[in-house]
Amino acid sequence: MAHAHKLEIFRGLLKFKTNVQKIWAVLVFLTIVTTIEVALGIIKPQALTHSHFLGMKVLNWIFITLTLVKAYYIAWDFMHLRDEKNSLRRAIVWTPIFLVLYLIFILLFEADYIYNVFKFGFVKWNF
Amino acid sequence: MDSTVTTATNESVWGGGNQPLGASYGKLMMWFFLVSDALTFSGFLASYGFSRFKFIETWPIAELVFTHVPFFHGDYPLYYVAFMTFILIMSSVTMVLAVDAGHKMQQTRVIWYLFLTIIGGAIFVGSQAWEWSTFIRGDYGALETKGGRILQFVKADTGERAALADFAKNIPSEREDLQRDKGLWFQSEGYLTSRSVDEVVEGFVANPNILIRTETINDDNHKTVLTREESLKRIKDAAHVVEGANLIHNEYGSRLFADFFFFITGFHGFHVFSGVMINIIIFFNVILGTYERRGHYEMVEKIGLYWHFVDLVWVFVFTFFYLV
Repeated sequence: MAHAHKLEIFRGLLKFKTNVQKIWAVLVFLTIVTTIEVALGIIKPQALTHSHFLGMKVLNWIFITLTLVKAYYIAWDFMHLRDEKNSLRRAIVWTPIFLVLYLIFILLFEADYIYNVFKFGFVKWNF
Repeated sequence: MDSTVTTATNESVWGGGNQPLGASYGKLMMWFFLVSDALTFSGFLASYGFSRFKFIETWPIAELVFTHVPFFHGDYPLYYVAFMTFILIMSSVTMVLAVDAGHKMQQTRVIWYLFLTIIGGAIFVGSQAWEWSTFIRGDYGALETKGGRILQFVKADTGERAALADFAKNIPSEREDLQRDKGLWFQSEGYLTSRSVDEVVEGFVANPNILIRTETINDDNHKTVLTREESLKRIKDAAHVVEGANLIHNEYGSRLFADFFFFITGFHGFHVFSGVMINIIIFFNVILGTYERRGHYEMVEKIGLYWHFVDLVWVFVFTFFYLV
């Protein structure tokens, strides 16, 4: 059991006196991020929906990035991975990341191929 | 020495009791379970992405699907899911506070924080059920073509959605119910829509203010609305009336969308439900003083890990189902 808590977030930018304070600060941060996401989702700024990066809308990249940021703080501070040994943390974090990245890569590539078959091949499905 | 090798000077390492990762057996097993569960959810979400990329030009737009808030009429996309997300994050916070109080052996505070966590979880599961029932019931109704495509209706003058009841004709017709004594033992009447295809088509032809909206997404990220002439041509393909969504038909668009919605949010909702159940068990254990006698509250920490994981998964489901 990790009794010693590391009481700083944002790479030491914010330091807290107690663990409880840190928890509430993380809640505030997560709420702000969620609010930004929802606001962007409702407004859908033209500049972000019409520009693309690596075949996907910039807005979607922003959503995914913010999600990963939220996931980081949930795992690091709520699940207190920040207080665990490096070896445990690496085993837990990098194993799924590696596998999931690979899975996403092959599935999305395959899906794009099928999309092209449907679009340009002699297949009629949209009738 | 913060590495994988045990630093204990214990001669017999085979005797057990070594903790090279600095975590107890139970906590480590909970982590391993969570990693494998994360891979299951990733499999679901990645296959959702697969189907979506396959039909990238016709996939439903989430804000057009989830537009309702309980007790309010009108078009409020995202607000209710945002509320659900906040509830779940909030219950995660009370859980982490319970774990923190457990470290300090403060029984009463653990009880209260666990209680709040259970309430938060129950609100979330309830919201999920409401979301499902709204989705299953549907709102405007649509036609399905022979090829399985969905034709929705909008009013030409305002651009608002038109419900089937707004324009469908009432054509009196007679049909005989399939009774149990006729047909085979496994046959039954099944589900009937409120209007027949003929009623909708006739009403559509008679009402020039109604246009068809197809599934295709145009350059402005809106669903394409056909002109009146194109609509009249397209309506000839209609084969079924669809009201609401299930695993076979989906009035909001691609049926795969409904399938994945049911599977992914259902699997997650089941996790939340079992989380609430486990929390209740541990809650009573805390009240009975089990962990006080045991001398530590590690059990609260372990169910805490599970509870945060459920929250973590929801963050991803929220993004990929409702935002992206």
